[in-house]
Formats: sequence, C-alpha cells, structure tokens
Amino acid sequence: MKFLISMHINPAVMDALTDEEKAAIGAGHGAFIEALKTSGELITTQALVDPSQAAVVSVRGGRRVVTDGPFLESKEYLGGFYLVDCENKERAIELASRIPDAAVEGLGIEVRQVMFADGQLEA
Amino acid sequence: MTHLAFEDLLRDLTPQVLGTLVRRYGQFEGCEDAVQEAVLAATVQWPVEGVPNNPRGWLTTVASRRLIDQMRSDQARRERELATAAEVVPEDVPDTDDTLVLLFLCCHPALTPVSQIALTLRAVGGLTTAEIARAFLVPEATMAARISRAKQRVKAAGSSFSLPDGAEREERLRAVLHVLYLVFNEGYTASSGSELHRADLAREAIRLARTVHAQLPEDGEVTGLLALMLLTHARRAARTTLAGDLVPLDEQDRTTWDRALIDEGTELVKTSLAATALGPYQLQAAIAATHADAAKAEETNWPQVHALYLILERIAPNPMVTLNRAIALAETEGPAAGLALLATLDGDERMAGHHRLLSVRAHLLEKTGDTTGAYEDYRRAAKSTAGMAEQRYLESRAARVKPRPRPST
Repeated sequence: MKFLISMHINPAVMDALTDEEKAAIGAGHGAFIEALKTSGELITTQALVDPSQAAVVSVRGGRRVVTDGPFLESKEYLGGFYLVDCENKERAIELASRIPDAAVEGLGIEVRQVMFADGQLEA
Repeated sequence: MTHLAFEDLLRDLTPQVLGTLVRRYGQFEGCEDAVQEAVLAATVQWPVEGVPNNPRGWLTTVASRRLIDQMRSDQARRERELATAAEVVPEDVPDTDDTLVLLFLCCHPALTPVSQIALTLRAVGGLTTAEIARAFLVPEATMAARISRAKQRVKAAGSSFSLPDGAEREERLRAVLHVLYLVFNEGYTASSGSELHRADLAREAIRLARTVHAQLPEDGEVTGLLALMLLTHARRAARTTLAGDLVPLDEQDRTTWDRALIDEGTELVKTSLAATALGPYQLQAAIAATHADAAKAEETNWPQVHALYLILERIAPNPMVTLNRAIALAETEGPAAGLALLATLDGDERMAGHHRLLSVRAHLLEKTGDTTGAYEDYRRAAKSTAGMAEQRYLESRAARVKPRPRPST
C-alpha cells in the first residue's frame, strides 16, 4: 500500500532551532532514508523550498493571475514528503513516527493513503 | 515459438533450474541471482537462435557458470584460492521438480507478506524485478531492495532446502496459498492506469496455483483456491465497463462470463468438496460456483449461498464473512434481517468505518426505502475507500438515492 507521509513545518519554529538541532534533524532524515531504501519501502522523497517562494496561480475569465506567497495564511506549511510503499497503515504510521520532525513541537507529520498514481517513478 | 510461449516455458523452468542449483551449491541468494541472469540471457538468445533442444539443461548450465563466476570473483576479492570443485559443471540434470520446496522457502514466516509476494514472483514465477516493480507501481530500485532484503532474511533464518514435516508443513502450505491469493487479488482489484500488468498478476497466480495443485492434487484447500481463482477470473470481462467503472454482480452481463473457466472451477469444487475436509478456500469457491450457476441474477440460489457463508463463518470467523452473509440473508429473508445482522458488526473495531460495511448497509437501507440513510452511508463509504473505480461507483449510487429538497409551497 502506498502512503504519502507529508511534513508540515512552521517556518518560525524552524528558524528558532539551534544549529545542533537542525543538524540532528538532517542526520535523522539521512538515516531514515537509508533505512527505507534498505527495506525496499522508499518510492521517493522530496523537500520543498520555503513557502515564501511559492506562487499561487489562478485563471479568472481566461486571464492568469499570479500572486507571490503561499495559498493560505497559516502557521504550518507543506515542507516536503516521503512517498512509501509498505505493508499497511500501521506500518506507515510506525515509519512516520521515526521522522525527526515528529518529535519537535510545532512540526507535524501527516499520513495519507494514495488512491491514484500515474507517471514515471524512476527519478 | 510465440513470445507468450517463450515466457511460459521460461517461467515453468525457472523454479526447476533454481531448485537444481540450490540442491547442488546451497546458497539460495547467489543461485537466485544466477538463474535470473540465465533467464535474461535466454530471453535475448532464444528468440534469435531458437530454443535449445534441452532448454532446462541450457539454463542450468548457464546459471551454474554465472554462479561459479560469481563465487570465483568473490573469492578473488577475498584473496583465497579458487574452489576447484565448483568449476565442474555437471552434465546430469536431475529430473526432480523443486517448485514446491522453493515456494515454501519464498513464503518463509520470517518475511512479511509483501516480501513473500515479491520473492515468490521472482524466484518461482520467473518474473524479472522490473516486471514485478511495474505490476506493483513502484520503482525498480525499490523492488530490487525489497527482494534482496527478503533473500537476506531467508538466509539469516537458516532454513534448509527441503519440505518441512507435519504441522509446520501444513502451516507453511497455508502461507503459500495466502501469498498466491494475495497475488491474485492484486491482479483482480485493478485500479489506475495499470490494468494490463495487474491482469498478468492474476494469470500468474492461477499458473502458480495450477503448479501447486499438480503436485498436491489431494489437498482440498489447494484445489479450492485454484477453483476460487478460476471462477473469479471467469467474470473479469463483465466486472468493469470499457470506461473502467465497476459493475456489481447482479448487473453483470453473464453471457460474457468465461464458461470454460467456470466449468473447470465448478468441477474442481465438486471433487474437492466430496473428497476432503472443508476449508475456507473450498467454501468461497463453492459460493462463487453457486453464483456462476445462475444464468440470471434473479435465479441465484441465495439459500445455498447463505448456508455456505454460515459454515464459513463457523470454521473461519471473520467480520467480512458475516458482512457477506448479511447480503445473502437480505436476499432470503428481506433487507431488515440483513440490517439486523450488520448491526452486530457495529462494535467490531476491525470494521469501524470500513467502506464495505458502509456500502452494504447503504444498499440494504436503499432496499427498505430509507433513501436518506442510504445516501448518507453511500457518501461515507465513497470517502472511505482507496479505490478510484469503487469510489466512482459509490458516488453514482449516492446520486441515485439523493433526497430531493421538498418544494417550498
């Protein structure tokens, strides 16, 4: 079963982390990725740029309107994701709990099953 | 020889050649890689140069050479002397079929079902890693890592290359059947843009089930599983519209059901029910055969379906079986009786919010005339499923019973 494990970050919380804490999170992700590769559960993982770099696109009356910044004013934004293929939802939740962000107040992890997929997966 | 015939031949020979190598050299892990390489070599060479007179001997020789090359280079790396004993490629190819032993090994209890499936399809099914990856919609690297991990686990578990005895044998056979059942289901519940590859999985599961059945013709559950697959596969053309929408059993065009598969499956069910102890696969096959026996949905022998579910519920209690019995009960005693039985599942946490429970309840509520309740449950069921086709079907059902706002006069 495929699951998207998404990481919801609060830029203010991220900024407040010490360098050591940031390094520990980075190392934690590195180890997590290696473990997923070894077990054969990793499909892909991607991290996104800061939400301030986002562009919101809409088309109204055939005209394109582009505004800078995120879609919603919010405290938490999508920071990146893991796409995994694992045994069941329990396993996906177990994997999610190993992501270092899960242990940081203000950063959130969400697990949702994939219901449709298409396109080349080999990156 | 056609492309399909090539593939069938190779897939039949793969487990036999692998069995021979493992018996001769041990080390399942290395042998499996060598056989995979030999099979790849055959797919390239045979279509051009023709199939050798003794294809099994050809594959065994090529795989043995690959294995020995590998052993040599491993040893060179370790700066050890070459193992001279391993250099000789024996000419004799023993005529034993180790497919069953390999299946038992691939369905080792140390592996998770997902890994058991991947390893079985490669080592016994003779599918390439790329083919398995495509069928499960994951990158090849992901599947390769999973298979390699599975082989390491089997090695670490230190299992011997032989059929286990007594109770363990029985338990391992159940695991093998479960894996084949999962492979079949994976192929049967086609979703997204990959129907083709997934239909191949269903065919592959049937092929492997036939192999097991040929070796264990007396086992009722093996026969039952094969029959269940054949009877289910017979309905594949009627199960979805050209657009990929699901067609429920009672609305399927039964003239498109595959009669040959139904006849074969029905015959298998009859012989196994008469001859052996009852088991869950046989009962499910008997239920499928009862449905297949009705030329029209109205002619379905529901009392028999209900009786079979009742037995199944006794020997293998499971909320999903109770759910299916509720459908049969609603047909024989009316929707209220079905709903009453469904209500007994409300407290079962395995079924809480399960889309099947919601959709069956919606269906029965619709029959009682409670369109408001039916609408609510169809909508909740649609939200709960992870299948696109099923979601579309449930949404269309919801739209059909949607209560219209009353005119405000």
